[in-house]
Amino acid sequence: MSASHATSNPYAAQAAGWRPPPLIGSRALRWALLLGGLAWFVAALVTMEINWARAAEGWQRGARFLAAFVPPDFVSKWDDIAEGLLESVMMTVVSTVLGLVLSVPVAVGAARNLAPRPVYLLCRAVLVVSRTFQEVLIAILFVAMFGFGPLAGTLTLAFATIGFVGKLLAEDIEATDPAQLEAMRATGGSWLQGLAWGILPQVKPRLLGLSLYRVDINFRESAVLGIVGAGGIGATLNTSLDRYEFDTAAAILLLIILIVMACEYASGVIRRAAL
Amino acid sequence: MPEVLPAAVLEVACLVKRYPTGDLALRDVNLRIGRGEVVALIGPSGAGKSTLIRCVNRLVQPTSGSVRLDGAEVTGLGSTALRRERRRMGMIFQEYALIERLTVMENALSGRLGYTGFWRSWFRRFPQADVAEAFALLDRVGLKEMANKRADALSGGQRQRVGIVRALMQRPELLLVDEPTASLDPKTSRQIMRLILELCTERGLAAIINIHDVALARQFAQRIVGLRAGAIVFDGPPDSLDAAALTAIYGDEDWSATLGQGRKATDEEEEHHSTVPDVERLAGLA
Repeated sequence: MSASHATSNPYAAQAAGWRPPPLIGSRALRWALLLGGLAWFVAALVTMEINWARAAEGWQRGARFLAAFVPPDFVSKWDDIAEGLLESVMMTVVSTVLGLVLSVPVAVGAARNLAPRPVYLLCRAVLVVSRTFQEVLIAILFVAMFGFGPLAGTLTLAFATIGFVGKLLAEDIEATDPAQLEAMRATGGSWLQGLAWGILPQVKPRLLGLSLYRVDINFRESAVLGIVGAGGIGATLNTSLDRYEFDTAAAILLLIILIVMACEYASGVIRRAAL
Repeated sequence: MPEVLPAAVLEVACLVKRYPTGDLALRDVNLRIGRGEVVALIGPSGAGKSTLIRCVNRLVQPTSGSVRLDGAEVTGLGSTALRRERRRMGMIFQEYALIERLTVMENALSGRLGYTGFWRSWFRRFPQADVAEAFALLDRVGLKEMANKRADALSGGQRQRVGIVRALMQRPELLLVDEPTASLDPKTSRQIMRLILELCTERGLAAIINIHDVALARQFAQRIVGLRAGAIVFDGPPDSLDAAALTAIYGDEDWSATLGQGRKATDEEEEHHSTVPDVERLAGLA
């Protein structure tokens, strides 16, 4: 601390000059990147062309639009709403179960520590394809293939589930402790027993969490997919918006929020009980 | 020391393992283990101890050479035949390698996987006799009350006992033991080593025990094999493991303290007194 102490230490000069090594070595490059990034942001902001007059006018339009939602009307189109919700719930359950059943083998194949290289590459390709295309694009394709209705939506959600659960589960499998699998192999257990005993107990909490989360996502997505004709509550919502029946639309939105919240609560309870 | 050479349970001949990286882990290893013989395998880290025992149950695929279990060749077996041979070799691991989220009983029963069909094992419908044997073994190692506890709720010593039970559930003829005490404190280490030795004696089991602790090896094993850079450089009874032999295995070092530890009379340090009864009990056992 004292000056005399500092000078007596032969490493004092070295200590004064020490800084953590920077991410980018060159000082010039560091500043160039920083200033360049800033300039880009400003340039992008300028090209946005915000029309302030239109925005001011829009406040009122927005307010009128929102006002039309109040009070929500659950009654006059209740049959349509109930049918749409039921369809969405069915789509959610079927697509989640189907997606999970298909995603587990794909995840095993896409785990570097379990699968031989050709299988690994194939399964990774399946996951990439499933994750690259947005649900709506897939839904449009399936609607073209299978016609309007919940079948197209269900298949879309199942396909998306494979990509989501498959990728995250494969990563969890790759992070497992290899000694447990080795121990199961050493007892003379088969390959399948190795999976069931050496891997599954390690990834079970993650698999359960992903499945519950996917139930949630699939229900919410089913509300969007209806817009492109893939069935579910989304179709009902879309119809009501087209007919300017905003009070009915408000009722549908409220119900979707309620169901998503219920899913959230249920998954929390299940996860706590199962861990 | 044995007057009549007992029938070999394991015969390793000309064993070579070269890893894909080019590292030669084992170069021409020859080893013969008699029925009921307990061998400590010592050597520096990277000498190939772990590779050697993994070549025996083929968790590691040997490059060339022969491994015979009870006269039957293990190298080159197809997967079904290999699984059948693996049932006869119990393995005990350094970090226990238990299925952490399963119960002690399930871990014990996992030793029977090689004898049990997939769906029976999936639904945990193991034969009554297996479950009864698991209870008996858990009782034998002092874990009777722990059967339904999860493995990750146990202490290190308790976990290794479960690991031992799992290996014995296979009804093996040979134990492959990989650094059983590396994660344990000195007292627990001695208890675990003594337990393994007692069980080997009770059941007439042969064992290869990889171990870093030279004093522990000298204290418990009937025979010591020293491995250096993939080759056996020492093979003999604990008494003949002198400073020259240790230098041949590990390289130059002052070995007097290490060698002194085995002789109870010369112990000066306080902590060593606690090990004295162990040595005496073992002397009675061997």
